[in-house]
This record gives sequence, C-alpha cells and structure tokens, in this order.
Amino acid sequence: MNAAPLVALVGNPNAGKSALFNALTGARQKVGNYPGVTVERKSGRLVLDDGRPVELVDLPGTYSLEPSSPDERVTRDFVTGRQAGERLPDAIVIVLDASNLDNHLRFALQLIALGLPVVIALNMFDLAERDGLKLDPQVLTRELGVPVVPTVAVRRRGLEDLKQQLSGILEHGAAIPLRASDGVPEDIVTLQRRARQLAQRATVSEAPTRRWGHALDSIALHPVFGVILLFAILFVMFQAVFTWATVPADAIDTGFLALEQWIKGLMPDSILRSLLTDGVIAGVGAVVVFLPQILILFAFILVLEASGYMVRAAFLMDRMMASVGLSGRAFIPLLSSFACAVPGIMSTRTIEDEKDRLTTILIAPLMTCSARLPVYTLVIGAFIPNRAVLPFVGLQGLVMFGLYVMGVVGAFFVALVLRNTVTKGASSGFMMEMPKYQLPNVRDVALGLLGRTEIFLRRAGTIIATTTIILWALLTFPQVPAGSKVSQVNYSIAGRIANTIEPVFRPIGFNRDIALALIPAMAAREIAVAAIGTVYAIDDPESDQGGKKMVENLRGRWSLPTALAFLMWFVFAPQCISTIAVTRRETNGWKWPAFMVGYLFALAYVSAGATCWAATALGL
Amino acid sequence: MNVHAPVDTSLSLAALPNGRQATVAGIEWDRLSIPEGRRLRELGFDEGVGVEVLHRASIGKGPIAVRIGRMIVALRRNVAATIHVSLAA
Ligand SMILES: Nc1nc2c(ncn2[C@@H]2O[C@H](COP(=O)(O)OP(=O)(O)O)[C@@H](O)[C@H]2O)c(=O)[nH]1
Ligand SMILES: [Mg+2]
Repeated sequence: MNAAPLVALVGNPNAGKSALFNALTGARQKVGNYPGVTVERKSGRLVLDDGRPVELVDLPGTYSLEPSSPDERVTRDFVTGRQAGERLPDAIVIVLDASNLDNHLRFALQLIALGLPVVIALNMFDLAERDGLKLDPQVLTRELGVPVVPTVAVRRRGLEDLKQQLSGILEHGAAIPLRASDGVPEDIVTLQRRARQLAQRATVSEAPTRRWGHALDSIALHPVFGVILLFAILFVMFQAVFTWATVPADAIDTGFLALEQWIKGLMPDSILRSLLTDGVIAGVGAVVVFLPQILILFAFILVLEASGYMVRAAFLMDRMMASVGLSGRAFIPLLSSFACAVPGIMSTRTIEDEKDRLTTILIAPLMTCSARLPVYTLVIGAFIPNRAVLPFVGLQGLVMFGLYVMGVVGAFFVALVLRNTVTKGASSGFMMEMPKYQLPNVRDVALGLLGRTEIFLRRAGTIIATTTIILWALLTFPQVPAGSKVSQVNYSIAGRIANTIEPVFRPIGFNRDIALALIPAMAAREIAVAAIGTVYAIDDPESDQGGKKMVENLRGRWSLPTALAFLMWFVFAPQCISTIAVTRRETNGWKWPAFMVGYLFALAYVSAGATCWAATALGL
Repeated sequence: MNVHAPVDTSLSLAALPNGRQATVAGIEWDRLSIPEGRRLRELGFDEGVGVEVLHRASIGKGPIAVRIGRMIVALRRNVAATIHVSLAA
C-alpha cells in the first residue's frame, strides 16, 4: 500500500482543487479525518498511464503557509511533513485559478520554494478565456521552472497531460531545477509584487470585458432585491424539502412495510421476530424515510455553494449577524445545520476568529435539523387541526414554520448573550473572496450527495439500529407474568426507569411515554418517534398496523398542552449524541459540549414548561 | 515594510463611490488587528493596486464588495476605512 507515491493538491480556496480531485479519482475516494482535528482528509487513487497507482489527497484551500484556521494548519503541516501520521508528499500539484493569477501565483511561489517536486495545474482556463484573458503557460513554465498544464477540471480537459507531467516529476524527483526557489522572499508583499509581475508576463492579451457576474451581483447584492431573492430561495428550498420528498419517502416507507410483512410471513411469532420487526425494521425504517428530505436539503446547499451564491448570501446577512456579534461567514454553517448540525459544525472550521467560531458551534443545534422533522410531523399531524387560516396557508404548516422561527430567534438571542458573556471578545471581521458565478457541475454535486447518503445510512445502521434494539430489549424484558394486571411497558425495565424519572418531567406536562422516549432519543431525535411507536406497539398490540393507530393512541393519551410542550422541548433540547461528539472534537475537550448540553436542556425545560402552563391557562 | 507609509487621508475605500477606478495609496496597518492585516495582504491589498467598489450591502453600514485585480472581495466598512485610495487619472 505505502508503495504508492503520495501526491497532494494544494492551492487557494476556490481554485478548483476538489473538482480536479473528483475528476482525477472518480468514485475511488476515501473520506477520513486527520488525527486530533476534524478536518476531513479526502484521499483517492489515481492511476497513471503506465499503471502506477498514486494516492492523491485534496487539501483544504489556503492563501498562504501562515495558517489562520484549523483547516489551513493541516495544509501547511501536510506540505511541510509536520502533519502527525502523514509522510511528506512525494510531489504536489499546485492548483491555480487562471483567471486570477495575480493572487494565486503568490501562494504558488511560496509552495515551490518548499522544494518538493511540483506540477502546476493552470485550472479554470475556460473562465480565463470567458473573461477575455489570453495566457501563455509556456511563459510560466519558463519563469517558474516547473511544468505548467492548462486544465478545466469540470470538463476534464488537460487531465491526461497533467497525469503525464506528474508521472515525469515522480520519476525524476527533485531533479527538475527549481529556479524560483533561489531567493524567494519571505515577506508577503514582496511575493505579491513578484506574482503580479509574473502574471503580467504570462498574459498575452486582456480584453476588458465587463463581467456578466457584475449584472447578477447588482441584484444578488442589492440591499432590497438581494434580500428578497435570498428569502425567495430559502422559501423554495424548504418548500421543496416538504413537497418533493413525499413520493420517494412513501416508496421507502412501503418498502420497509413490505420487508416487515415478508419477515412476518417467513417466521412464526417469536421474540426474534419481534426484535426484527418491532425493533430493527420499525426503528431504522422510521429514520431512513427521511433520507429524501435530507438529500434535497443538501442538494440545495451544495448547489448554492457551487454556484458561488453562498458567499453572496453571507454578504447580505453580515449586517444582521454583526448585530448579535457574529459575522456573515457564520451564515453558511448555520444554513447547513438546517440539514444536520454535524456537517454544519464541521464547516465552522473556515471561521478564523476563535470566539466567533465557538459561538457558531454553540448555536448550530438550534437550527431545526431534519431529524426533528419526524417528531414535528407526527405530533402536528395528531394535534393541530388541518384547516386553512388564510388562503394557501394551513394551520399545520404555520405551526411547523413557527417552530423553525423559534429555533432561529432562540439562536440569535443565545448568540447575543454568549457574545456578551462566555465568548466575549472584539467583534470579528468579515473578509471573504467572492467566487465567480458558475453553473454547478452535476458530477460534483452528485458525488457530494453520495457521500452524505453514505454517512446517513451508516448512522441509521449503527447508532439508530443499536439504540432501537436496546430500547426494544428494555421494553420487552422482563416479560409480564400471565394474568397480571400490570401492563408490559410498566413492568419492563424501560418502563420502570421512565416511571422513576417521570416526576422530573411532570411539572412541564410530560407523561411516562414521553419520559420513556426521551432517553433513547438522546442518541438521535428521530428515535423519539420510533420509541413512542414501540411503546404503543407493545402496550397495545392492535396498534402496530401503521401510523393511523399510533396517531389515535397519541390523541387518546396526550393532552394538547402536553403535545405543544413536547414540540417546544424538541426545538431546544440537545437530543443528539453525534452533535455532542462533533462539538467535543471541534472544541478539543468536554468543557464546551457540556456547556452546550446544559444550556440547551435548561432552555428546553423552561420553554416546554412555559408552553404547557400557558396552554393550560388558555384552556386549550 | 511600509507600516507607516505617508497616507493621504482625503479618500478612503469606504467612501469611494461605486464604479470609480482608484489605486491604493496606503493602508493604515496599525488600525487593523494582526489577522485582519494578514488576510488583507493575502487578498492582494497593497500600494499601487487598482481597486473599485462594486456594491454596497446597504446604505450606511454593512459590508462592501470590492474588485481588486480580477477578484471580488467582501470587506466590512471599518476595514475599508483604513485603505486610502487615490482616484485613477
Ligand atoms: N468553469 C470552470 N469551473 C471550475 C473549474 N474547476 C472548478 N470549477 C468550479 O469552481 C468551483 C470551485 O471549485 P472547487 O473544486 O470546490 O474549489 P476548491 O475550493 O479549490 O476545492 C466549483 O463550482 C467548481 O465546479 C474549471 O476548470 N472551470
Ligand atoms: Mg475544496
């Protein structure tokens, strides 16, 4: 394995490293982590023309070798051989944006000076042409003393040439003279000037075209129309999550039901059959149904990122985020957190200011993630009448929207408080390069979604399957003796635990079933639904034939104030071990996840209680 | 390095009208935090570089979008206020 040479892709953010990585390695990718940091290590296999395999690594984008965020530190340590557990790469491919040479060449000069064998991919050659820029790669090859290959990662142009050059330098090693390395100045301003000179020499001609991106930006960044556009996009996104997902979700649901029936037909009634159907299939199925919704949400986010729009949204939101002590940059992880807080928290790595980043991590779980949808959908469907309050505005939809708003308002409020107390500090800045507008590349979006699907299904197959099996066991044993008047649930271990902790939750209107569901739901929120389903399936054998009966059970056993308090609990409660785990890794310790769990539970308890009392007082 | 370059205080990037071509006359590095200054250098801000304000997020406050070379960069106004420009002839 370690015979394959290690080659790293390095360059500024948005140079097209990931696109090039995808084009060169296809689906042969492996996503892991660098030890100690949650920076994703993306590696893949590339086969050279002579059949030699190469391990290619996609490094986080950075502007220089002086890191200002955890990602950027990985890149520096990797190319200097200081990254723990990694060997020094055998060669690096420097990826440059051909339409932005002035800026990208500076970092290239720094990288070349490291002395590793280098090939330069002069990427986005098509965009340079679109902008009326004519470049001569030969000039760069001559001036820099390293091979320069024009590429268009998204159209797979120049890849063969790139592989050939890579093959060549891997063979000859550092035998290629590194002209630029003699006397590369350390100081960034001098480097920048040298980069500008080089860019000028490599430019054959330059037509001053007014970029069409400017016209788009006049709308997208407009103080009024830009904001309207942003909200329209968000509206369509959430609308799509709810409407487009129904068909595939129903299909998945039908599939799991069929599987359950098939097993029931295959096996006689037994403990094992109950474990498979009530435990595994019901539990995992209840979660996998949400895969379409999650993928739609991620597809929107990936497209918004790839099109270059996401940074525009951050630009528009900066003012508002600044009012609670954050920056527009925080908008991007927070938007991702609507799909799932885990990738949201991981994407805070690009936030340079430590306190700003910490605050964003701490409020990310308040964004309504897709795992809350099953809970909201079930309870709203059971308790909120399906009637219109306005034309086209249903009461159920309005309540759902209200829950999303509660989360966002809560997050802003918490950010404001934190920034004035525990994460107090000077307001962080907002300085971002705005990428050029582009049509997103279907292949890259598809690969991104594939990765998400894998992570989600792995989660469903491990955490969620395990938790539901444990819960099923705790609910099934010990078996109630025949003829006893005590119900199976109350007799079981889980029931006894729930009856013990129920008094803690009684003041906020929760009953035993809720207390019972909350414990396994610590693993993942969706499990609450599965847990309640299992409780009623075991308590009331008639009810395991589909959702209808479960809804009736809910209506019979819960009051409306209880249901509302339950919803409010889920707006705030930190019911997700993955989020807690990722927070621990990202903040390097237990202090901040403990703080996060504490404040969220307190908030959940108080607001659920207040909701219950208010609803009771109003006579609901 | 030109930390205390003579700075023409008459026009800052924050006050430059949209669409006016200008060149950076000087940057008051000491009014910026260390990471801010570094990122500004990394984005290519330096004396003599051509800049232009393209868009403003809202009247008064909010960030501005600046063209520098062939790149567009979003900056907050307090940072833009430390960048002094002279109008291109
Ligand atoms: N037109 C064009 N777009 C590209 C090219 N390479 C990458 N892109 C796009 O540029 C954007 C940024 O690329 P990405 O690979 O994410 O950059 P990274 O930050 O360096 O990993 C994406 O939308 C890509 O689809 C190219 O050669 N030509
Ligand atoms: Mg990338």
